[in-house]
Amino acid sequence: MESTTDIEFEVNGKRVRLAVSPREHLADVLRQRCGLTGTHLGCEHGVCGACTVRVDGAAIRGCLILAVQADGAQVRTIEGEGNDPVMQALQQAFIERNALQCGYCTPGFLLTAAELLELDPDPSRESIREYLSGNICRCTGYQAIVDAVELAARRLRGEAGTDASVP
Amino acid sequence: MKPAPFVYVRAASVEHALEVLAEHGDDALVLAGGQSLVPMLNLRLVQPAVVLDINALHGLATIESHTAGGLRLGALVRHREIAVDPLVAACAPLLRAAAPWIAHPAVRHRGTLGGSLALGDPAAEWPACAVALDATIRLASRTGGERCVAAESFFHGLYRSDRRGDELLVGCDLAQASHDSVFSFRELARRHGDYAAVGLAVSACGRPGAWRTLRLVFFGIGDTPIRATACGEALAAGAGLAEARAQLEAELEPRADLWFSAQAKRHLAVHLLREAWRDLGHPDTGE
Repeated sequence: MESTTDIEFEVNGKRVRLAVSPREHLADVLRQRCGLTGTHLGCEHGVCGACTVRVDGAAIRGCLILAVQADGAQVRTIEGEGNDPVMQALQQAFIERNALQCGYCTPGFLLTAAELLELDPDPSRESIREYLSGNICRCTGYQAIVDAVELAARRLRGEAGTDASVP
Repeated sequence: MKPAPFVYVRAASVEHALEVLAEHGDDALVLAGGQSLVPMLNLRLVQPAVVLDINALHGLATIESHTAGGLRLGALVRHREIAVDPLVAACAPLLRAAAPWIAHPAVRHRGTLGGSLALGDPAAEWPACAVALDATIRLASRTGGERCVAAESFFHGLYRSDRRGDELLVGCDLAQASHDSVFSFRELARRHGDYAAVGLAVSACGRPGAWRTLRLVFFGIGDTPIRATACGEALAAGAGLAEARAQLEAELEPRADLWFSAQAKRHLAVHLLREAWRDLGHPDTGE
């Protein structure tokens, strides 16, 4: 029997206490122990970005941090962002612009894009592409994703209505 | 894609970390940002007995001016902090220019300077910048106290460095830039955020045609950062771009990787030299 370590952290605002194996990464613990399966696992070596979560505010790879390292941290997953106005604007724009197809990469894209819009409310297309460069989508070809982030940013700045036509 | 079992130790102090390293040596791997180590664990490329997590050692996460006037960077400083820190921008603008080239934002939030230097990936940005800036790498051990190694003699080979198994890389010191310091940082990769096909970090003092010091360091072309000494000396002695290029082509022996032949890397290295030449303020000769 492998030894376990007790950790206590906050997930989407709720205190969670768990005994985890040191070799479990955070994304596995969130999915399998917390039931938060919105965090997806693609490559498990930091290439695809599907497992993106926010730890103490920063969007990071959930597969490249051990769960024991999240002890004491505040973790936010896609499930915790439903009432966030930035996330709501992004989700709406993703739907309108068909910025997802199979949806596997979408939680990671949304969390990364939300961080970008918090840091820079008016990013250029180039800086959107740069910021999302660590997230891989195999369906859309990225054009629609960049469109959606751009649209969400314009709406959040009050420059586009909810029925904005194609830019 | 799951790590093999290991014993996890969270270092409570530098002394504690050094105790663990003294006891376990190479059987313990140090976990800093984890952006290279955790993939290697997940892929089981490494199966250490002990993973020593140093993330609680906040004293190693600082950027400060050191007594001799330069910059002292702790091993746990994250790439993202280097990209935005005003002291780095003022004292070591080469590092600031290089930081956005490291992987992607999510990786830069976690990855650390010390982890990158200790791993010494030959295509990584920090080892080349450290050599270009003539940085001093600081290592600590329980028995030997602290010792300093010039970055240029720190990297021995592919993932091999001067760090002994019982030593912790605690930080990196940079000398104060002079009033006429200039730099260039250039990198070519297949996609933004990928490891460099070829990169070039240059640090120089003086002015075009009359450089007091000029250090050109290529990365992504060999087992370690590669200093182009003859090319640098030629430029310092006032050589034009054509002569510098000839020196570079004579001294570089790039190694092919999965995507680029040695010949392609040599071609790209010459291209970067041309860009660096302009960055340093030389006249655009149209060569």
